[in-house]
Amino acid sequence: MIRFEQVSVTYDDTAAPALGGVDLTVPEGELCLLVGPSGAGKSTLLGTVSGLVPHFTGGTLHGRVTVAGRDTRTHRPRELTDVVGTVGQDPLAHFVTDTVEDELAYGMESLGVAPAVMRRRVEETLDLLGLATLRDRPIATLSGGQQQRVAIGSVLTTHPKVLVLDEPTSALDPGAAEEVLAVLQRLVHDLGTTVLMAEHRLERVVQYADQVILLPAPGAAPVIGDPAEIMAISPVHPPVVALGRLAGWSPLPLSVRDARRRSASLKERLASSGAGVRGGAPHAAEPHIGYSGKGRAGENPPAQATGLTIRHAHLTALRDVDLTVREGETIALMGRNGAGKSTLLRTLVGTHRPTTGSVRVGGLKPHSTPPAELLRHVGLVPQEPRDLLYADTVAAECEAADGDARAEPGTCRALVDELLPGVSDATHPRDLSEGQRLALALAVVLTARPPLILLDEPTRGLDYAAKERLVEILRGLASDGHAIVLATHDVELAAELAHRVVVIADGEVVADGPTAEVVVASPAFAPQVAKILAPLPWLTVPQVRRALEARKGTA
Amino acid sequence: MNADEPLPEPLTVPRPGPRSAATGTALRAPGGRLPGRDHFTAGRPERGAGNCATSHTQPAAALPHTPQRRSASRPHTARACALHAGAWWIWALGLATAASRTTNPLLLGLLVGVAGYVVAARRTDAPWARSYGAFLKLGLVVIGIRLVFAVVLGSPIPGTHVLVTLPEVPLPDWARGVRIGGRVTAEGLVFALYDGLKLAALLICVGAANALANPARLLKSLPGALYEAGVAVVVAMTFAPNLVADVQRLRAARRLRGRPDHGVKALLQVGLPVLEGALERSVALAAAMDARGYGRTAQVPPAVRHTTSALTLGGLLGVCAGTYGLLGDVGAGYGLPVLAAGLAAALAGLWLGGRRSVRTRYRPDRWGVRAWLVAGSGVAVAALMIRANSYAPAALHPPAVPLTAPELPLWPAASVLLGLIPAFAAPGPATRTPSEEDPQ
Repeated sequence: MIRFEQVSVTYDDTAAPALGGVDLTVPEGELCLLVGPSGAGKSTLLGTVSGLVPHFTGGTLHGRVTVAGRDTRTHRPRELTDVVGTVGQDPLAHFVTDTVEDELAYGMESLGVAPAVMRRRVEETLDLLGLATLRDRPIATLSGGQQQRVAIGSVLTTHPKVLVLDEPTSALDPGAAEEVLAVLQRLVHDLGTTVLMAEHRLERVVQYADQVILLPAPGAAPVIGDPAEIMAISPVHPPVVALGRLAGWSPLPLSVRDARRRSASLKERLASSGAGVRGGAPHAAEPHIGYSGKGRAGENPPAQATGLTIRHAHLTALRDVDLTVREGETIALMGRNGAGKSTLLRTLVGTHRPTTGSVRVGGLKPHSTPPAELLRHVGLVPQEPRDLLYADTVAAECEAADGDARAEPGTCRALVDELLPGVSDATHPRDLSEGQRLALALAVVLTARPPLILLDEPTRGLDYAAKERLVEILRGLASDGHAIVLATHDVELAAELAHRVVVIADGEVVADGPTAEVVVASPAFAPQVAKILAPLPWLTVPQVRRALEARKGTA
Repeated sequence: MNADEPLPEPLTVPRPGPRSAATGTALRAPGGRLPGRDHFTAGRPERGAGNCATSHTQPAAALPHTPQRRSASRPHTARACALHAGAWWIWALGLATAASRTTNPLLLGLLVGVAGYVVAARRTDAPWARSYGAFLKLGLVVIGIRLVFAVVLGSPIPGTHVLVTLPEVPLPDWARGVRIGGRVTAEGLVFALYDGLKLAALLICVGAANALANPARLLKSLPGALYEAGVAVVVAMTFAPNLVADVQRLRAARRLRGRPDHGVKALLQVGLPVLEGALERSVALAAAMDARGYGRTAQVPPAVRHTTSALTLGGLLGVCAGTYGLLGDVGAGYGLPVLAAGLAAALAGLWLGGRRSVRTRYRPDRWGVRAWLVAGSGVAVAALMIRANSYAPAALHPPAVPLTAPELPLWPAASVLLGLIPAFAAPGPATRTPSEEDPQ
């Protein structure tokens, strides 16, 4: 269906090819998953299929890509509309019209499909994607998962043979991601659509893939093969694969179900290691978690909200929220998109004034404290770290941060060296990768040494290596006594990092307790390892590894 | 395609790629159906006009993972029942025309009341429906500005009731006829108030149309040749709210850096990042539109292309000449026919130009009995008010000198009330479900 012949792509402003030596075929009706670290050329590869590379982005394409027999060199993207449907990570950047039904019809209108056929296909697509109840809604009022489904629907109505998706679930909460994946499954199984998809969150998608293409590094030739075989060698892999590699299972399990069926002996070994199981001890066994849950609440805890309610116009964003953040504690805020996680974080930095109730940060009211003063008590890294960065070089950014925080010159630069080694002064923040930019924003925030650090969706767009690095950094900060609150959809991150998990739904706190208890109890928020080893209390692969090593040590 | 075939030369595209090499391409017939789904019968039966006015609610959502509580209950006018956007605009422009023909504050108040009642009765909960409040405020601002001007710059109306005398700024000789400060008379203020009220009523009528009819749907009714302009407007309209959101987000981010988030300086400093963001979003949108077939054109013979250009240009020239003839003193005789011919030629040009576009339209708004009623009521209000100008000019323009209380003329007032017809004739928005009405 999609055929790459000796394809390589070089962009105008770089010498090295962004993509090289691609010579493979994606057969019809398969769900093909594209994996690899950040910057390995995944988006470029996807772009060559829809023709946007090089027709839209510029650059030089060597070799040939054919989709359903059409050469993308001679067919511009608009002439491939009826064979390739493309959906990006941000559905909002994809919409041309303002209501769901019009959006579904847009592509067909461009193709000149007859009105009766359009009407029929729109009805089919509404049913196929479960959008029938939303047909007249303005797109701006939909949730993230619904928007992503509308985006997929809008390219499906032209009946493409190939669907190309760039990180379709990265920005979604676990529930919404399952919604989208269920739709993709259905397309592949019922309609024989060929799906080519890139995704960082492998734990969500790898079990659905028929084939996996691994792009190991920029410009390096890709490896294609059976998911289990590729996962055995891939530098990026989900926790279930990591656990499988650790336990030496072969073939590697890709889904929680497969892993559970093989886990009996591992469970036995872990249970017999004894020490770990009693009293939720796997956590205590970890060196980084010195926090015992009895941190000083003291006079002025880093943050405290009592009866906090925030109302915008008609909408109640938060309702009667009570939350105390203690020193050295890491809290994960979880909940679906739009549940009020970001509102809570923004209230802690004084963007919103409480409608009723009170919020104190280090004893101050954040909304009436001057920003320059508040900076010393709380720092927030927003969902888009770029919002925090104004200057055009890293050095200028650091200088500005020192000035803002009235810190000694060089403070910020020292932090950058620590968090982000090997970045030169002259680099433009825009040229940094997603993870590097996050680290730079974090360094800027840390310059004022706030005791409370807030992060909104920090792992969006990060690959596993960048995520691991972030986990290390945050652990270091927590052991220095910083309190950390992260709003995240990433259950694996929460399991690895958080002492406490607070689940918010519709603006209300519905669960608040130690990570192991809250996360294991919920089917949506349980990390893969917890699902596999239930009812044993291990949450992450490193915990299991340590337990096994400890057992070996005693045996 | 043969595997042994040698690979072709590399394809290089210069960077500003997207629009530079736009070429016309023959239309490919859209092929293929969803395999195995051919048995699917066409959509549900159209709802008749009869049950459109009855309110209906959406059933609860079926998908388990969707946060549907908010979504399923949001009210809207179902598409099959929606009134043609043009009808709303004709109605509103009719009211606006009527407003422009009178300065009687009671009649103007009645017009604004009529427009407000219809909006309250028939608007949906869509984002564009919330603009009505903004137009009301704008109307008040207009009245305020008109009054301030009358106070500061004086008024040509000779009045005897002096309210207050402001110190007058002495102006040089060449500025005679301009006055700053001086006497403020009640007559002058009343005159300014009537004048401002007229302008405000006009604005509020336009606001009503904006709130009742989706502007994007109105653009969909444009002829095919103007389609691209319509898309540009729709894209711009969806960009404006994004831009505002960007400014708010970046100003909030300034606070995180410990910099003040208020004031002009803060707004200026976020200007560059906001523009960058807008630019990036437009590039992403352009890519998405290209990938979705925007700009596919049909091949038309050169003769047709040239005829199109000639007709459009000639038609526009004719329209200009005709209008000049009508407005000027000399050419009253040939004005009308030239204008008519020009319009005809321009419309023919647009129609021919539409042949280059391969687009089809999905569910265009239909013009039914309700649309006739709504548009007719607006036209009737305008026509009756224009007629009232001939039989009751004094009542429609109450004098500011001498000061008298304006009276409400019976027949013009009755004719304004015809504008209420849409409140009953137009299909209503779906009712709110209890959960929507009471968030608690």
